[in-house]
Amino acid sequence: MKSPVAPSKLTLRDLASEALAGVLQRPGRAALTALGTVVGVATFVIVLGLTATVGGQISSRFTVLGATEVQVEDTSADPGLDGPAFPEDAAGRVRAIHGVVQAGVYWSAGERTVNSRPLADTAGTDAYPVVAASPGAVTAMHPAVATGRLFDDFHNRSAEPVALLGEAMAKRLGITRLDSHPAVFVAGVPLTVIGILGDAQRHGDLLLSVVVPERTVERLWGPPAQGEPSKMIVETQIGAAQVVASQVAVALRPDAPDRLKVTAPPDPRSLRDSVATDLNSLFLALALTCLGVGMVGIANTTFVAVLERTGEIGLRRSFGARGSHIAAQFLLESAILGTMGGLIGTCVGTLSVVAIAATRHWTAVVEPWTVLPAPLLGTVTGILAGLYPAMRAARIQPVQALQR
Amino acid sequence: MTAVIELDAVSRVYPGPPPVAALHPADLTVEPGQYVAVVGPSGSGKSTFLNLIGLLDVPSTGHYRLDGIDVGDLTENHRAALRGRRIGFVFQAFHLLPHRTALENVMLGMLYQGVPRPERQQRALNALTEVRLDHRLQALPSQMSGGERQRVAIARALVNEPSLLLCDEPTGNLDTATAETVLELFHGLHARGMTLLMVTHNDDVAGRADRVVTIRDGLLEEQR
Ligand SMILES: Nc1ncnc2c1ncn2[C@@H]1O[C@H](COP(=O)(O)OP(=O)(O)OP(=O)(O)O)[C@@H](O)[C@H]1O
Ligand SMILES: [Mg+2]
Repeated sequence: MKSPVAPSKLTLRDLASEALAGVLQRPGRAALTALGTVVGVATFVIVLGLTATVGGQISSRFTVLGATEVQVEDTSADPGLDGPAFPEDAAGRVRAIHGVVQAGVYWSAGERTVNSRPLADTAGTDAYPVVAASPGAVTAMHPAVATGRLFDDFHNRSAEPVALLGEAMAKRLGITRLDSHPAVFVAGVPLTVIGILGDAQRHGDLLLSVVVPERTVERLWGPPAQGEPSKMIVETQIGAAQVVASQVAVALRPDAPDRLKVTAPPDPRSLRDSVATDLNSLFLALALTCLGVGMVGIANTTFVAVLERTGEIGLRRSFGARGSHIAAQFLLESAILGTMGGLIGTCVGTLSVVAIAATRHWTAVVEPWTVLPAPLLGTVTGILAGLYPAMRAARIQPVQALQR
Repeated sequence: MTAVIELDAVSRVYPGPPPVAALHPADLTVEPGQYVAVVGPSGSGKSTFLNLIGLLDVPSTGHYRLDGIDVGDLTENHRAALRGRRIGFVFQAFHLLPHRTALENVMLGMLYQGVPRPERQQRALNALTEVRLDHRLQALPSQMSGGERQRVAIARALVNEPSLLLCDEPTGNLDTATAETVLELFHGLHARGMTLLMVTHNDDVAGRADRVVTIRDGLLEEQR
């Protein structure tokens, strides 16, 4: 039926200012109430932020180095009988594969005494591993040259008696400068040191070895020994490792591809994703738990507020407020509490991620899709928490409310 | 002229258990501008009666017309609108919001009437001037005396220009001298044509009214 008087109304603006006044009239309580939501939302942002940051960390390590390296290994039990695993032009064949940057053969040529003077008596001097490597293999291992240079195809082809040493090893042998063409005696054979390696990002063990061109090793000590199979390192472009790995065996040994064992790096994307999902689901559960606790906190406070303010509710009803006006006010109050908690929690969470990343020297990765909706998460928490108290408030009868 | 209040065998039974017949079927007509005192012992049903008149409660039987509108036909929301517009309440316990100033408390009376904020402020100011509190606009209830608080509450009840002022023991929490100033205020309102219905324990207070009705054990009787 038609109302005999104009219906009661409450503008959004008035509703908002009433709700805000309701929250702010007890600022201490509001702060404590929002605390649960602050913790919940902060956890949410920290978890997602750290997952993204760590994920970025994992992928930056794996993508750049590990994920661009393919290893090929001779599986022959007796290379002496089966013949060399890699053809003469192995590097050329592999480089022809699309996506290959560098490739080369290398093997461990055993431990041999290394000395800086031509001692007849080698007893008492240290033995170091000798690595036979093609120039391509050395480059693919990404050594940093501290002094001098790496050997090249010329040194290799003509089996020059040259060697590369790691920095610490060179120092031990008393070699710091190369301008006088110092030599080391490896198993009594003089080799000219043409380069000192400061670092090797891949194959750090290179720094503890004497690296000699493969042909030189073959000339001096013969082909790879049994149990020390020759290997090939293939450096690929980012993202090409999997494809290259699937082609390399056939390219090298179309006659016997099975003789070669090819090891491709794990797909960085799936690795990162699996790490991320594990962390995500675990910590998201934690964040949700915190939000649940926050929700209970807001629900409890709002409920207490409704009970405390029954007089106010009755009074508002006597001014013509509808039940829905009362419900809207309490719902908005809890939504405001939740949003405040969400905003503060987002700030706390973001700052924490940045701080944690800074102490670890990581690059903080805070994805916008986690930060932007995070305050809304608080809002939703507040609204859900306020539903029941608001409903109760709407149902309080004005007569009851005005009795003291 | 339409009567402000027209009760036709209106009763109220609280369902309990046990059921309490707080108001037996009562007839009463109050014309505009009348000052009616409701007296009776404690627990006799005075507040029950006032709540029915104030549309805060629904009669168990009978018909009630407020300003000629049969409220029995109205939905809860319509009754809320009618209550907000036509009835001003003054309670014994003042019922001021403790965190709002005098001015804000009075403005609250118009919150649900669709009055724009600047107009609310102006009307609240006028009402507070009328109860001679224009110098206490920014005072919080805790900073005011009982008499001042009740005057704020009266100002709040008046801002919507109601056709009826309902007062449930408005001087019950005040000392005699303060009560006197408040009663004089009511008297002034009555002199300017306001319809008043006031519950009181005090015969002195009742003596100033045009009419006195008594309620005894839920039975309403016109005394004079
Ligand atoms: N909600 C209720 N449920 C049941 N009984 C009630 C309810 N409210 C009041 N009563 C009973 O109804 C009767 C009348 O109560 P009411 O409050 O109207 O009395 P009153 O005259 O206002 O008393 P007082 O002078 O003490 O304020 C009392 O017996 C009371 O116990
Ligand atoms: Mg009473």
